[in-house]
Amino acid sequence: MFKVLTSLLRQDKRFLFGFIVMVILLAGGALAGFSPHDPRLWSVVPRDLPPSSKYWLGTNSMGQDVFWQALWAIRNSLVMAVIAVVSSRIIAVAAGLLAGYRGGLIDRVLMTVTDSFVILPLLPILILITSIFKSRLSVTSLGILLGIFGWAWDARVIRSQVLSLREREFTYTAILSGMSTGRIIFREYMPFIFPLITATAMNNMLWAIGMEVTLAVLGLVSLEVPTLGTMIHWAVNSQAMLLGIWWWILTPVVLCVFIFLALYLLSLSINQFLDPRVRVQRLQEIKG
Amino acid sequence: MPFLKRYLLPRIVQYLVVIFIGGTLVFIIPRLMPVDPVQQTLQRITIQGAFLDPRAIEQIRETLLELYGLKGSLMEQYFALWHRLLRGDFGPSYVQFPTPVMTLIKISLPWTVGLLVTTTVLSWTVGNILGGIAAYYSHRRWAQLMENVAMVIRPIPYYIIALALLLLLAYAVPIFPVTGGFSIGRSFVLSWGLVLDILKHAFLPALSLAIVGTATWFMTMRLLVSNLLAEDYIVYAQIAGVQDGEILYNYAIRNAMLPQVTGLTLSLGQIFGGALITETVFSYPGLGTLLYSSINSGDYNLMMGITLLSVVAIATGVLIMDLIYPFLDPRIRYE
Repeated sequence: MFKVLTSLLRQDKRFLFGFIVMVILLAGGALAGFSPHDPRLWSVVPRDLPPSSKYWLGTNSMGQDVFWQALWAIRNSLVMAVIAVVSSRIIAVAAGLLAGYRGGLIDRVLMTVTDSFVILPLLPILILITSIFKSRLSVTSLGILLGIFGWAWDARVIRSQVLSLREREFTYTAILSGMSTGRIIFREYMPFIFPLITATAMNNMLWAIGMEVTLAVLGLVSLEVPTLGTMIHWAVNSQAMLLGIWWWILTPVVLCVFIFLALYLLSLSINQFLDPRVRVQRLQEIKG
Repeated sequence: MPFLKRYLLPRIVQYLVVIFIGGTLVFIIPRLMPVDPVQQTLQRITIQGAFLDPRAIEQIRETLLELYGLKGSLMEQYFALWHRLLRGDFGPSYVQFPTPVMTLIKISLPWTVGLLVTTTVLSWTVGNILGGIAAYYSHRRWAQLMENVAMVIRPIPYYIIALALLLLLAYAVPIFPVTGGFSIGRSFVLSWGLVLDILKHAFLPALSLAIVGTATWFMTMRLLVSNLLAEDYIVYAQIAGVQDGEILYNYAIRNAMLPQVTGLTLSLGQIFGGALITETVFSYPGLGTLLYSSINSGDYNLMMGITLLSVVAIATGVLIMDLIYPFLDPRIRYE
């Protein structure tokens, strides 16, 4: 695992960039705990000050320090995304393994449900749900909600991998030598499935953060909790741009762009790393 | 006929399952809501009007229950919902009572369809052609430049691109109007002026959609074609001296088209959800704006109507696609 990481870091500039950005953002999110102000409180600092040595990213019209607010936003958005990713991974892996390994009727029923979730227009449905819970939707519950709806495509990917693994020699050897189904799946299949889980997790994280921004911009999440989406929401709704308070709106927007770019590059690079054709090429390069 | 049974039947079952899940979700979700829509409406009436006879209130209550489809047991309500939906009746809007939801949707639909069909088809065509070319000549400087631009644009949330365009081309350099689908107070008599006015207002939203759409199609097409280029038949064609253009269009792009056609149907189906963000950012009078205002006013019937319409539209789009797929892909036809 560590070896893979170092070789990816050394060989792929896109991975290096994505990795560095994510490490910086994670560190920033961790620093949010040292914030001198409660992020929910208003009027803790003077209003509408431009960036200075005291307030690194200025202050906003609600009397909050944009720098610390942004750190909290990163932290909350990442926590939300990680919850969404973990819960959707659990559903996707369970559905994918079950459908792929058992086959038959279970496979057909599960895949029909999966396909339905792939086809269903998620944004209107999520809007319908969030508009009911509105301000009571915490970071955790939003994460779980996005997890419940964001698993379908990845379940399909995992299923097709399991389908091909099931037909390989080593599966038969394992079954014939009396290995239990659980052990086959966890000892023999996981090394193949785990990279898939990582690659799809990046994409899913991207999707979850983007969805949160969309829902927050529409005012459909708890607006007191600072996330990237609610920061944009407040800045836009307070006419930050017209008033010339560019540091307020630009901070979350720039952060968003960096997170998205980083995650996208990471997923591209991991996917390429997993592509068997590229693997063969790489081996040949090492040999030659 | 094996084709009918093995290919067609599962697709039709899938179609029905999608609509069933969508309809059931739409049925369950509002019933988790803590506020009672009937109580809400009654409150609104009593706030507006003066005193009402208790018996009159009771009568209004009964009528409202029936209108909102909240009469009887849960099971009865559930069947009543399907009965109404199959007739294409989504009930009245709560906020703009008694206007049926269907009427409101019909007013907004042409705006959205006009904007989104044009931009989707346009960006699909441009993105695919450019993506194919960029993959084929991937070592040239300009191809790499195009790829880098697309790679930066694609992951940025659409909302931010729309906002940036609005800031740049409507506030900073005011070439285009800031909001709306047409100038306020313009009469709807068909004339060149009206057409130009509508086009001018649609330009910025269209541009933002086209930029993002083109970048997305570009990236997927580039990936598809660059995977195909390693195939034996293309290498063979190159060795045999077939011209580059011929290989690119007839050998590579044509074979990479199938998944892209599927993608096109899916995104055309998405149209009926309205380009929510586009329309809210640019205040464009389409389905998205309608959905947004229904969110703000808590108009659940309207939200449900739009959601269900988009479920049905997408499912139908996918079904139609599946039905014409055998004509595009000979492998399915002869299976």
